[in-house]
Amino acid sequence: MSKIKFQRKFLAIPYGIFLVLFVVIPMVLIVVYAFSKTDPVTNKTTFSFENLTTFFSNSYNLHTFLISLAIGLGNTIICLLIGYPIAFILAKKEYKFNYIIVLLFVMPMWINFVLRTAATRDLLFTLGLSGGDHPYISTMIGMVYNYLPFTILPLYTTMLKMDRSLIEASMDLGANKVQTFTKTIIPMTFPGIVSAASMVFMPTMSSYVISDVMGERQISLIGNIIQLYFDQGLWNLGSFVALILLTIILVFMVATRNMEKEDNVRGGLW
Amino acid sequence: MTKKNKIIELKNICKEFDGTLAVDNFNLYVRKGEFVTFLGPSGCGKTTTLRLIAGFEMPTSGVILLNGEDISKLPPYERPVNTVFQRYALFTHMDVYDNIAFGLKLKKIKETYVDKKGVEKERYRKYTNEEIDEKVKKALKIVDLEEFEWRDVSTLSGGQQQRIAIARAIVNEPQILLLDEPLGALDLKMRKEMQEELKAMHKKLGITFIYVTHDQEEALAMSDTIVVMKDGVIQQIGTPEDIYNEPANAFVADFIGESNIYSATMVGDKLVRFLNHNFVCVDEFENNKKVDVVIRPEDIVLGDAGCGMVDGKLVSKTFKGVHYEYIMMVGRNEVVIQTTDNFEINRVASISIDPFNIHIMEKEFTVNRYVDAWIDKNNNVVISEEPFECDITQLIPGSHIDDEGYLVDSLGVRYDLTDADVIAEIDLKDIEVIDNSEDGTIAGEIVSIIYKGDHYQIIVRTEEDEDFVIDTEYTWNEFDKVSIKVDPKKIKLTLKAEVKEYVKD
Amino acid sequence: MVKKIFAKVFIYFMLLLMYAPIILLIIFSFVDFDYIDFRQLFNGDVINLNLYKELFTGEDGEVVVQAFKNTLLIAIVSAIVSTILGTFAAIGMFYSKKRMRKLYELGGQIPILNPEIITALSLTILFVFVGIQFNFFTLLIGHVVLTIPFVVLSILPKLKQMDNNIYEAALDLGAKPSKALRSIIIPQILPGILSGFILAVTLSLDDYIITAFTRNNSFVTLSTYVYGVTSKRGAIPPTLRALTAIIVVVTLIVLLVINFTSGKKDNKRGKRI
Repeated sequence: MSKIKFQRKFLAIPYGIFLVLFVVIPMVLIVVYAFSKTDPVTNKTTFSFENLTTFFSNSYNLHTFLISLAIGLGNTIICLLIGYPIAFILAKKEYKFNYIIVLLFVMPMWINFVLRTAATRDLLFTLGLSGGDHPYISTMIGMVYNYLPFTILPLYTTMLKMDRSLIEASMDLGANKVQTFTKTIIPMTFPGIVSAASMVFMPTMSSYVISDVMGERQISLIGNIIQLYFDQGLWNLGSFVALILLTIILVFMVATRNMEKEDNVRGGLW
Repeated sequence: MTKKNKIIELKNICKEFDGTLAVDNFNLYVRKGEFVTFLGPSGCGKTTTLRLIAGFEMPTSGVILLNGEDISKLPPYERPVNTVFQRYALFTHMDVYDNIAFGLKLKKIKETYVDKKGVEKERYRKYTNEEIDEKVKKALKIVDLEEFEWRDVSTLSGGQQQRIAIARAIVNEPQILLLDEPLGALDLKMRKEMQEELKAMHKKLGITFIYVTHDQEEALAMSDTIVVMKDGVIQQIGTPEDIYNEPANAFVADFIGESNIYSATMVGDKLVRFLNHNFVCVDEFENNKKVDVVIRPEDIVLGDAGCGMVDGKLVSKTFKGVHYEYIMMVGRNEVVIQTTDNFEINRVASISIDPFNIHIMEKEFTVNRYVDAWIDKNNNVVISEEPFECDITQLIPGSHIDDEGYLVDSLGVRYDLTDADVIAEIDLKDIEVIDNSEDGTIAGEIVSIIYKGDHYQIIVRTEEDEDFVIDTEYTWNEFDKVSIKVDPKKIKLTLKAEVKEYVKD
Repeated sequence: MVKKIFAKVFIYFMLLLMYAPIILLIIFSFVDFDYIDFRQLFNGDVINLNLYKELFTGEDGEVVVQAFKNTLLIAIVSAIVSTILGTFAAIGMFYSKKRMRKLYELGGQIPILNPEIITALSLTILFVFVGIQFNFFTLLIGHVVLTIPFVVLSILPKLKQMDNNIYEAALDLGAKPSKALRSIIIPQILPGILSGFILAVTLSLDDYIITAFTRNNSFVTLSTYVYGVTSKRGAIPPTLRALTAIIVVVTLIVLLVINFTSGKKDNKRGKRI
């Protein structure tokens, strides 16, 4: 009997092949391209650190990198500050229709985000805040507007699973409200915070659409550099910048690996 | 019994999962119409054996014969057996009718017909809707759930779901019905009711039942034949009466019913010594042999002090409805006695035991023997991946270890025992059990406990799947995570090969 | 009590802010100026349906409608591919050995954790490396990479909730593996498949960067069209305001219908025959 018998696990093979072809190999290509250069004359590809030196010797790049970090960090903090209380209120079981409100926060995603961002720009403009005059303020507003739903969702799903009686237990054991918040609530919702931060920080840094539309192209983010290299066909340099982002993600993941644990709060609501 | 009566036969069945044997050389045949129960604690391989018969697992080796034909390689959908699952496994997106009709709709039946030329031919057809309807109604009637056809399965109670699961299986008229702890999820009263109904159903339908349970009372009440299993190995096959009255070993005795188990010694012809008394028995064993003795609590006759064979003090008395249960201390041994007679406790009383009620069994474990041990380069003996600083000079009489770590005998010959395979033996009393998994030498889990009057015999299984049998006076629980400590000096070693093979030149 | 009211006000205020730009677009879908300015509203008789007429008949409208059709096309095709591939993947993963399953999960985590621009760039490099022309197929792959891990994530929990023996029960009753999958497993996890599909459509509709990188430049979607115009300080094409209003209304109706039917579902089952 040489016929291979059907097994259910075989059903995942197409997915495995798809992942290898279109996720793993492209990632490998980025690493390879980041550390190689192509001679324009002979068309030969060789190993080199040239991309590294080119990128870091350019002060414009460094400046952009720092601005991106600052905007990414700032947006993450603001989104958490606004999103945390919203999620906390919505996760209380008292309100019957909270689930629908959470959905309402997510619903704008059905309108394309570029269009939403442009509409925000127009709204600010008609209220007297011009993106041309105040690029940083309007960019930050646009960022917060866009990423707030992504903050609320993971926080909400973590808080739903949280055992609220622990808050009462904490109070009962003599902790005041501030202590209860810092010693009980924050640690319990930490996986949600980590997940929310990871969904905001990186995309903020690397996206260029919001800053282009809101800031009327006066602000350059890391995404702009990648897009620029993409337009010019400079794959090696583009890959190197992407590799920097990948390194940051990796550091973030290693630093928080024990916090998300098994349950993926991201897939939660869906 | 003639061979024709065998409906299913399992021959030398072994099943391995990732290197561990779940079923070990299983041999059994089941007669047509029999009610057979696989009984054993969780993890004993009973469910795996059932799944092998159903076809969900393929045996690693061995054959399964159904009516004399090998079905070991057939997938489950081609086997004429059906299963009732522990948690019902009903299709929740279908109603009761569709659940029961599921198998019927897929079935192809043979029929003969006469074609246009008048030749008789055979063809396969499916059941018609009317036939399916009739069969479903009949099955529902058998499980006492008429008129339930259009109910959603999620609206049914646990007991009702169980009946639907049975109806779904028997409607296909299987040659064998497999039941995997089908009553495990029901409450006690419901379970008793269903036991009676299943028994009645078995009689009425005449189908062979193979039933899996860990509940010994259930097994005793329902079965024609019980197969007691432990660690993938059959311990005993017999009628409920056989299993209860003549347990094959201490494990079976302890698992089925209540029993007093003692370590004893044969002291003469049909004479056995335990509880500091020589009892007359009916089994013959060689003199001075160490054996296990089993006496059921209800087989002990309690009497006033001095009237019986052995005196002891009654220390506890519990009213159990039909009878009293007493505990008597004879020296350091506990004796559990069940009788309807009323005695005062904290008094000396006596017991006597009829020779026919003393069941003598070979001792299962007299010593821990590890045949896979070896000596590492530091002259330590490795047992279950753990090095022990044993006295390896015992391997060669009169030898000592020199500065370079070689063994030197009295004649000055040097031996290099690195990597030598040895057999290590540890006495049951020389292993200490420690309450946590860190402090001892080897960590493991307690997988079995048998009380033997004045001590417990426990088995600790290590992560490497090595078993250590230990006699201890302390109480432990099954599944306790413990570690064990062995005094290396007390480990007895034997070389597997000849000594001269290790001579260092 | 005061705290509760404060909490409610806070929530609804934030919701209002979230919807403000969309409400703005809807209001100005009835005002046919080229750009949005509140002062226009005070100029008297400005309310009309000109933008709706323009959307369906005008030249401007034609471009917008085409972009919308393209957006829908890629969203639906990619969601179908993702859902089919993802459903099989989830079932296969669920029944794989733990080590294999971890490997699949790790692979699926990469596109989730990566910012879109890295997924986009890496795919672009792959296509350039292999020498494939950018076309609908490359765009499709981009969107499937984006959405498929989420489809898998929404189906896996449903498989975990399922009775372990249900597939075996089907085989036991005589169903071949393919039949057992079709008539038992798939119906059992259908809610997960549906929510995975909706999630895939949503993510695809909302995407810009992957589309911009992996498409053929002649294939214009709403996001690339709007970015092209607005990132150069241009106003949102007016007919888009009408389209947005229509999308919002249709979405609301769809959601209401879904809510209504899922609430009624329990009463649906009656007696047959």
